[in-house]
Amino acid sequence: MGMTISEKIMAAHAGMDSVKPGQLIEAKLDMILANDITAPIAIREFEKLGVDRVWDRDRISLVPDHFTPNKDIKSAEQVKMVREFAARMNISNYFEVGEMGIEHALLPEQGLVLPGDLIIGADSHTCTYGALGAFSTGVGSTDFACAMATGKAWFKVPESIKFVLHGKLNRWVSGKDVILKIIGDIGVDGARYMSMEFTGDGIKNLSMDSRFTIANMAIEAGAKNGIFPVDDLTIQYVKKAMESGRRKDSYKIYESDPDAGYSRVIEYNLDNIEPQVALPHLPENTRPVSEVNDIKIDQVVIGSCTNGRLEDLRVAAEILKGKKIKKGIRCLIFPATQKIYLDALKEGLIEIFIEAGAAVSTPTCGPCLGGHMGILAKGERAISTTNRNFIGRMGHKESEVYLASPAVAAASAVLGKISSPEEVI
Amino acid sequence: MEEKLKLKGRVFKFGDNIDTDVIIPARYLNTQDPKELASHCMEDIDKDFAPKVRPGDIMVAGHNFGCGSSREHAPIAIKASGISCVIAASFARIFYRNAINIGLPILESEEAAREINEGDTVEVDLKNGTILDITNGKKFKAQPFPEFMQEIINAGGLINKTKKELEAKNV
Ligand code: SF4
Repeated sequence: MGMTISEKIMAAHAGMDSVKPGQLIEAKLDMILANDITAPIAIREFEKLGVDRVWDRDRISLVPDHFTPNKDIKSAEQVKMVREFAARMNISNYFEVGEMGIEHALLPEQGLVLPGDLIIGADSHTCTYGALGAFSTGVGSTDFACAMATGKAWFKVPESIKFVLHGKLNRWVSGKDVILKIIGDIGVDGARYMSMEFTGDGIKNLSMDSRFTIANMAIEAGAKNGIFPVDDLTIQYVKKAMESGRRKDSYKIYESDPDAGYSRVIEYNLDNIEPQVALPHLPENTRPVSEVNDIKIDQVVIGSCTNGRLEDLRVAAEILKGKKIKKGIRCLIFPATQKIYLDALKEGLIEIFIEAGAAVSTPTCGPCLGGHMGILAKGERAISTTNRNFIGRMGHKESEVYLASPAVAAASAVLGKISSPEEVI
Repeated sequence: MEEKLKLKGRVFKFGDNIDTDVIIPARYLNTQDPKELASHCMEDIDKDFAPKVRPGDIMVAGHNFGCGSSREHAPIAIKASGISCVIAASFARIFYRNAINIGLPILESEEAAREINEGDTVEVDLKNGTILDITNGKKFKAQPFPEFMQEIINAGGLINKTKKELEAKNV
């Protein structure tokens, strides 16, 4: 039997000809990542290993993005610890405020993650890089600490579910709606421990930004990774990103064999997908926006590693152009990286946002995890382009988060209630 | 590292899809202090959890326990709260890995998760994976760990295992 793209990447990194689902392997890593929340624990654990250097200073990325710019003294101390460690170990890819971005938008943009890579990150949304045809998955701080010393990690080869996408998305429908629809269908543990492989003739109609959004939320279905095939669009993206010169090696393209084994195959016609909204308190509580009636909101958040990329900001600007955010509503917009921020500025998007009455922030995870920069009070409700709507995720335990695309979020900001883009345009 | 192989405690029971934001809300992740993390453990769904737990108590939950973030603060908070072991119908992948890595005993058993009730007294034998509900007299057997997980557990966590391997390489 043939192998899936995920199995091929794992086999190659384990130095084996083939692997099977369920098999336990030790494999070499191409890139590892941690942030200001997970790195401090990892550094403490790393110090217990009794080694005085890291495995490869160019293959470790440290991105303080969650509580930065430092929200309080404690987070300032956590980041200081990470900064000093990075300096001591001479780590090349430490990103300071001013050059940083949200890790999962930043690493692909900087050419730090490439097709065919095997990547672990001490952050659950590390699965985002599957959009580039890499196998990447989230782990904890201890796994990251050991990988910093050895450049290796243990894996159980996952089973794969194949999602075959056909057709083309309608206007105002994006990758966010596709992944919310899928999670609504299979549930928050529908792909637990598994690989979600996206394929089919519809892929060519999905932008890179939509692919990142889809792979990003694979974890919300419990998956170990989400992965896409590599096509011309991917290569174009990667070539541009590699101009940073941060990775000295090159990439490798893997493809699933036609006779690879899948535990399930599910087909979707992209033409039939409507804009979706996930109701509190699980990403699987999805409905088409047309069935969500009269839900008033207090806050709108557009940004995050899911939907803070340039295409997301463009869609939001298209809807907000020449309009005003409804009085009494806070609309917060977070470009995911400094580069995205600058591109948005040059394109005039930032001006549109400010004229509409939105607040635009420097890149940070901020409100996505209820960290800072937009916390909800008791009883408040937000529509957000982020990826989790768990209890208390954006603030008070009695606040509510509705997940949606930038188009739906922007339309909702104008009308003050959850709305479809068509109601505004 | 000495691991207690027989555990006995009262049960705190939770439902399906208990996520890491519930186990330890992100607003408290600006610290790594286990005691401080423990004081906020589960507070958004049970604000008296931390003060009520006595050392040795056991947490029982449904499917997909620990879904969401990769934060190791979640198993650390549970461990530091005094909970000696988590029994669930199933665990989310990263939580499972983290719990093993830091040495928080976890057991997977759908039956036990269904039949054990809040407040029951339960005895767990980690060595052979048996669970006894003393209150209702029922006995359960947990899924055995894969061999390499067992190696990590026996070594006293991933750091100790890696440390030994690194030392072996240097000689
Ligand atoms: S934006 Fe949100 S989901 Fe993404 S890395 Fe930051 S906290 Fe995590």
